[in-house]
Amino acid sequence: MTARRRPLGLPVWVFLPALVGGAFVVLPLLSMLTRIEWGRFGALVTSPSSVAALGLSLRTSLLSTALCVLFGVPMAVVLARAQFRGQALARALVLLPLVLPPVVGGIALLYTFGRRGLLGHTFEVLGVHVAFTTTAVVLAQTFVALPFLVVSLEGALRTGGTRYEDVAATLGARPTTVFLRVTLPLVLPGLASGAVLAFARSLGEFGATITFAGSLQGVTRTLPLEIYLQRETDPQAAVALSLVLVVVATVVVTLTRRSRTVL
Amino acid sequence: MSLHAAIRLPDRDLDLVLDVASGRTLAVLGPNGAGKSSSLSAVAGLLRPESGEIRLDDRVVFSDSGSGRSQWVPPHDRGVALLAQEARLFPHLSVCDNVAFGPRSTGMRRGQSREAARRWLAEVDGVDLGRRRPSALSGGQAQRVALARALAAQPRLLLLDEPLSALDVDAAPALRQLLRRVLRDRTTVLVTHDILDAVLLADDVAVVEGGRVIEQGPTSQVLTRPTSAFAARIAGLNLVRGVARGTSVVTVTGLRVEGLTDEPLQEGQEAVAVFTPSAVSVFRRPPEGSPRNVIAAQVTELEPHGHQVRVRTPHLSADVTPAAVAELGLAPGTPVVLSVKASEVAVYGV
Repeated sequence: MTARRRPLGLPVWVFLPALVGGAFVVLPLLSMLTRIEWGRFGALVTSPSSVAALGLSLRTSLLSTALCVLFGVPMAVVLARAQFRGQALARALVLLPLVLPPVVGGIALLYTFGRRGLLGHTFEVLGVHVAFTTTAVVLAQTFVALPFLVVSLEGALRTGGTRYEDVAATLGARPTTVFLRVTLPLVLPGLASGAVLAFARSLGEFGATITFAGSLQGVTRTLPLEIYLQRETDPQAAVALSLVLVVVATVVVTLTRRSRTVL
Repeated sequence: MSLHAAIRLPDRDLDLVLDVASGRTLAVLGPNGAGKSSSLSAVAGLLRPESGEIRLDDRVVFSDSGSGRSQWVPPHDRGVALLAQEARLFPHLSVCDNVAFGPRSTGMRRGQSREAARRWLAEVDGVDLGRRRPSALSGGQAQRVALARALAAQPRLLLLDEPLSALDVDAAPALRQLLRRVLRDRTTVLVTHDILDAVLLADDVAVVEGGRVIEQGPTSQVLTRPTSAFAARIAGLNLVRGVARGTSVVTVTGLRVEGLTDEPLQEGQEAVAVFTPSAVSVFRRPPEGSPRNVIAAQVTELEPHGHQVRVRTPHLSADVTPAAVAELGLAPGTPVVLSVKASEVAVYGV
C-alpha cells in the first residue's frame, strides 16, 4: 500500500512513556558500542574460539530450525484445525517452554535424554550418547524455539480460516492434497516468519544449552556461551562478540518484518 | 443425479427436506438467516447435521437417525461442487491452475488438466484470463472463473450459494445468462434472495423461512400464486409469458410487451418479460408521448406495500403512492391503463 494512513489523534502524553521505553531498549545497545575497542575488534571476533563458537551456533541453529519446521508445522495444523478433547491443555503444554526458565528446560532434557534419564538408557544401549554433545545443543535449542514457530504458524492458520480448504475439498481434493496444495502455500509467509523467529531464539539460547549440553569448545560452546565465558577473562572480546549477535539479530528481525509485509 | 436431503440442525433451528430431480434446478428462496446456506454446507459435507439423511441418487452420503448407526461421506468423495457468493479463487495459483485444481486433485496429469481447464474456461468465455492471477480479475471475471473451476471438477450436483449477489449491477446479467446456459441439464441447488434468479434459472422453487420449507413447487406456480407471506412479498414481480417477436413477448391473448434482451432471441421461441411493479405507471386514459407498453386492465385489489400501494389487476401489478390512488380515484373495478417503459422490461428466452 502506498497511501499513507492519516495519523490518529493520539493523546500527547502517550509519547513520553513510549520514548522512555524506547530509550530503555536502545541505550544499553549504544553503551555497549561505546565500550568496543575498534582497533582490536577484527582480531577479537576472528579468534579461533570465536570463529568456532559462531560456526557452531549457526550450524546448530539451522538444524534446530529445520527440526522446528518438521515437527512444528504438523503441531500447529493439529492445534489450529483438528478438534479433540484436551485441546486447550495440549496447547498450554506445547507453549510451556515459552514461559519456562530455559535452565529448567535444560534440567528436564537432562532427565529425559541424559545418561540416567527416561530415554537415556535406551539410547545408551543403542550406543548413542546425547547429553553433552552437539546433538544435545540442537535438542536444547529445538525445545525452546519450537513454541515460537507453533504460535506464529497457528495464528496464521487461524487468521486464514478454512474457506479455501473447504472449496478444495468440494472440488474433490483429498485431505493430503488440500494440505500440500492449499493450506501450506497459503500460510507460507507465516511459516517463514515463524521459522525466522525460531532461528533467532535458537541462536540466542543459553540456559538450556549450558545445563544439558555443557560448554565444550567446538562441540557445545555456542556463541552465547562463549560470550559468557569471555566476560570473565576478556570483557573486550565479550563485547565484540555481543555486537556480532546484535547484528545477526537485527538482520533476522528485519527479515521477519519483510516476510510479514508480503502477506 | 437426484438429491434428497433431510437435514435437522436443532441448534440452528433447521429442519427441512429438499428434493431435486435429476437434471433440474431447485431455487431455495428465503430471508437471511433462514438456514439456506447451512443446508448447502450440509449437502456439500462441510457441515454435519445433527440428524437426517442425505442421498445422491441411491447413495447415502449422510445418515444419522439420532440413535446408533450413522454414515458420513467426506466432501471430496461426494461429487458435489459449491460455488459461493465470493469466488474464493486460490490466491497463490493462476486462473488456469485454479480451474485445473479439480481435475488435478482427482488424479489427472498436469498437461491433461491444463487442457481441461482451457476447455472449461472457454465454456465461461474466459480463455484469455488463463495466465492472470486471481487478484487481477474483476468481480464478474472471478465468479466466471470460479464457475469454470466448479464445473471442471465434473460434479454430479452443483450447489450455488447466492452466486450473483456480490457482483455489481453490470456484471450480474452476463453471469446470469452464462448460468442459464450451463445449468440447463445439470442437477443444481441455487440459494438466492433474488426473485429474478429463481425465475430465470430454476425449474422449481422452495421457500424457506425459520429453518422450514414453507412452500414448494414449480417456479411459475410459486411465484405468480404465492401462498406464503414471504413468497408474496418477494414475488411481486410481473411475469408475462409468451413467444418472442423481435425484442417483445406476445402472449396467447395477444398482449404485447416490449423490452430489452441480453442476447438475441429467435422468432417464436418461448420467452418471458419480467419487470417490477414500481416500473409500472397507472393512468385513467392512455398516455401520450414516449414509446411505452400500454396495457388496459381493471383494478382487482389495492393493498398497502411499504409506503406505497400495490395496485393489482388480473395479470399485472403496479406500485403507486397513496396520493396517486386518491388523485386517480382508484378502487376495485376501476378501468385503468398500465404503462411501462421498454427499458424497464427484461426479456429472456426460456
